[in-house]
Amino acid sequence: MSILVNKDSRVVVQGFTGGEGTFHATQMIEYGTNVVGGVTPGKGGQEHLGKPVFNTVADAVAKAQANTSIIFVPPPFAADAIMEAADAGIKVIVAITEGIPTADMVKVKEYLSDKDCRMIGPNCPGIITPGEAKIGIMPAFIFKEGRIGVISKSGTLTYEAVDQLTKAGLGQSTAIGIGGDPIIGTSTKDAVQLFMEDPDTDGIVMIGEIGGSMEAEAAEWIKENGTKPVVGFIAGQTAPKGKRMGHAGAIIGGANDTAAAKMKIMRECGIHVVESPAEIGAKMKEVLG
Amino acid sequence: MNIHEYQAKGILKSFGVGIQEGIVAKTPEEAVEAAKQLTEQTGTEWYVVKAQIHAGGRGKGTIKETGAHGVVLAKGIDKVADIVKSIVGGVLVTKQTGEDGKKVNQILVAQDVYYPGEVETEEFYMSVLLNRQTGRNIIMYSTEGGMDIETVAEKTPELIYKEEVDPKVGLQGFQARKIAFNLGLSGNAFKEMTKFVTSLYNAYVGIDASMFEINPVLKTSDNKIIAVDAKVNLDDNALFRHKDYAAMLDESEEDAAELEAAKHDLSFVKLDGNVGCMVNGAGLAMATMDIIKLSGGDPANFLDVGGAANAVTVEAGFRIILKDPNVKAILLNIFGGIVRCDRVAAGVVEAVKSIGDINIPVIVRLQGTNAEEGKKIIDDSGLKVNSAITLQDAANLVKELV
Repeated sequence: MSILVNKDSRVVVQGFTGGEGTFHATQMIEYGTNVVGGVTPGKGGQEHLGKPVFNTVADAVAKAQANTSIIFVPPPFAADAIMEAADAGIKVIVAITEGIPTADMVKVKEYLSDKDCRMIGPNCPGIITPGEAKIGIMPAFIFKEGRIGVISKSGTLTYEAVDQLTKAGLGQSTAIGIGGDPIIGTSTKDAVQLFMEDPDTDGIVMIGEIGGSMEAEAAEWIKENGTKPVVGFIAGQTAPKGKRMGHAGAIIGGANDTAAAKMKIMRECGIHVVESPAEIGAKMKEVLG
Repeated sequence: MNIHEYQAKGILKSFGVGIQEGIVAKTPEEAVEAAKQLTEQTGTEWYVVKAQIHAGGRGKGTIKETGAHGVVLAKGIDKVADIVKSIVGGVLVTKQTGEDGKKVNQILVAQDVYYPGEVETEEFYMSVLLNRQTGRNIIMYSTEGGMDIETVAEKTPELIYKEEVDPKVGLQGFQARKIAFNLGLSGNAFKEMTKFVTSLYNAYVGIDASMFEINPVLKTSDNKIIAVDAKVNLDDNALFRHKDYAAMLDESEEDAAELEAAKHDLSFVKLDGNVGCMVNGAGLAMATMDIIKLSGGDPANFLDVGGAANAVTVEAGFRIILKDPNVKAILLNIFGGIVRCDRVAAGVVEAVKSIGDINIPVIVRLQGTNAEEGKKIIDDSGLKVNSAITLQDAANLVKELV
């Protein structure tokens, strides 16, 4: 079991025939992900990587029963691509694109608010259920089937944590990169909740960073509703105020944005917070006993 | 991206937002000329000379060389030249600039807007920004203008109001009226404020801003509503559709190393520590800084080399870090996913050879795809480079070497 994606996910790749889309779709197919086709407007009817190309996401839904989409569309057109997927009835939309204007995402968030779908990202590495489906850009070989849920805002830091878990003998039920932008579709709390409800997840690794209040909200929720151990880490303990640290959302504005403030509230809510990112795997092992 | 006050006011004016009029100048002569023009345009006979730097607190800040403040009132055109002389070319130190201050290359000659008249002047605070919790824009405003809003938030939070805008319909008239009422306005000033708020929000959306802060918003003695100062941040991700605003970047305001890094598509932030670092991915880069601190060092920078960690980017990164004389060691931390560690290692070897004598310890931590092969390349290179595979090993090396 897993959350959000599994071997039954029927994946359509938006931005299929571009460089990024081609490279990562190839890897996803090699992993065994059920890629049912791709969308590149104007190239409908062609074939790419042995899969059909559609003009619209609606076509991919109608003709190939796609229910999950991954987006590699460049920033100026990415918001449009997300809304097209939602309109076509896609249930899980994974937006990889980095650099989408915030104003576009304000509109997207509003547009999705009454649709029956979930967006992951943007500006994220995607989501993987080891052994079943990789819908993202992560290196597959570090993952292992298992019972730990991983939530993180960033790419390589997710890989770091997963690698530690795998080497500690702890596989993953699902690993989800929620993205580092100010507006994202799936919050830390949303992901925590899904893992708490997943019968095949025993423990959760929750990795956050400076900026915003998502980790605090997740921590408060865990305090009230948590049933499984959570190991937490916040990146950016040494970050200065007012400087954007790579991710658009990673900036300390007020006092609650700091790593120290987030770690404090996480500890108060019963999360096993590690100060060093090198201790994530070992801590989870210790906590699970 | 940050822009200067005079640029921000120019943009606001183009959207119909009332502003304190002014003309930018670089020399005392230009400033006197600007003052004359301003008198013709507005009738003002007093002028405010304002240093143009990207930092707040200019009015209370002082010029290192002359002791002059960064914002000075000139009570007559004959005073303008001397005031400008005491500011332009000097280094202005404010609460926000740090001790080093910022060099003042230009000033804004602005009309005096606190002239006496039929009513008392009043100062308000107004900002527009994203509420990350709801994913919507909010207008934040207060009757307590002209002072530090963080102080207001601490002492009298009840005097700060927030109005959230529904993206489906944009800012509505009733919201603009609510704001004007909450600010205690009536009559002409009330009408002016609703117009001010509406055009301010249009400007925010129109230019893809990520933050507006107007402090103070002034009700003049003849009931006009104008922006006396303006801080405008633009969304970097949206600059592709605003080439004219992108051109407003003042490179002299930016850190030289950060500009150099940007040319190589590296994301760099200068810090004050003694251990430089170079990492692929922003999250891991922050985590690496943290590990440096936990190991007894202090991070000298944030540097994300992104997805393409090759000889060219690694060399550029090394060169930028090495410019900082405080750096006593460098930690390169790469988690190879799509990018293979053996390739990164070969790039590191090439970069180190190309730079020549790096006479501080370099630690290279490679993990992920082909990590062992990468470590071997580093170890066999004959270079004085320490290699590590786990993050903990890297941390221990930092501890040893610093």
